[in-house]
Amino acid sequence: MSTDHDTLFRTLADPTRRGIFERLCREGEQTVAALTAQAGVSQPAVSKHLGLLKQAGLVRDRHEGRQTHYSAQLNALAPLIDWTHDMTRFWEGRFDQLENLLKRMDQ
Amino acid sequence: MNQAATETRSAIVEREFPYPPEKLWRALTQPHLIEEWLMKNDFKPVVGHRFNLRGEWGGVLDCEVLAIEPNKELSYTWNFKHDDAAFNLQSVVTFTLTPTSNGTHLRMEQSGFRPDQRQAFGGAQAGWQQFFGKLDQLLARED
Repeated sequence: MSTDHDTLFRTLADPTRRGIFERLCREGEQTVAALTAQAGVSQPAVSKHLGLLKQAGLVRDRHEGRQTHYSAQLNALAPLIDWTHDMTRFWEGRFDQLENLLKRMDQ
Repeated sequence: MNQAATETRSAIVEREFPYPPEKLWRALTQPHLIEEWLMKNDFKPVVGHRFNLRGEWGGVLDCEVLAIEPNKELSYTWNFKHDDAAFNLQSVVTFTLTPTSNGTHLRMEQSGFRPDQRQAFGGAQAGWQQFFGKLDQLLARED
C-alpha cells in the first residue's frame, strides 16, 4: 500500500468525516455552517474534520466574504479505484501459472 | 473535475524465468499453452488477427494482435465491455522478452484507461453508497 492509500484510508476511516465528505460528493459545495447543521457535531469539530479532508486532498476550500465554502475533490479517490492495482495482482497470479507450465513443458 | 480521471495508466509485472526466450515464446503464442496459464483463446500469431480471451468467470475480452517480433515482443489489445460502465476497460498488453545469463526476463505492461471512468466518478448516490461499502470492506482488511 502506498502512502497515498494510507492517507486516504486514515482520513475516510472516521464515520463523521466520511459523512461530511459523502455529503459534499452528493450535494456539491457547502459552507461550514450548512455542514454543521447536519453533522451532529460542533462547528469546531466540523472545521477540524474539513482540515484533515483538505490535507488528504479530498476537499478544496474557497473563501467568499466571511464564509468558507468546501467542495469534494473526487480525483483524490482515483488511487482507490485505479484498475491497475487489480490487473497487477491478476498478472502476478498468471505469471505463477506460467512458471508452472514452463516447468512441465519440453525444452 | 479534471482530466486525471481518464488519463492512461499502466500495470507492469516483470519476472525472470530460467528458460530460453524460445520456450517462453511458445507459452505466449500457442493457443493450447496460452490456455494453460492465461485463458481459453483463439489466438493466432498474425498481426491484425482478432481473437477472444475467455475467463473462467464468464468474462470475454476482445483482442487484436498489434505487433509480433518472434522471441522478443508480442502486443495485443485487451478490451473489456461491461454493462456497468465503471468496469469497461480499453487497454493494450505488451510482452517483452529479454535474454539474460540465466534465462529470460519477461516484462508485461498493460496500459490503457476506462473510457467511462468520469461517469463512474460522478455517479449517483447509489453508486457512492456502493463505493463506500467497498471502502469499508477494504478498511476491514487493512486492520
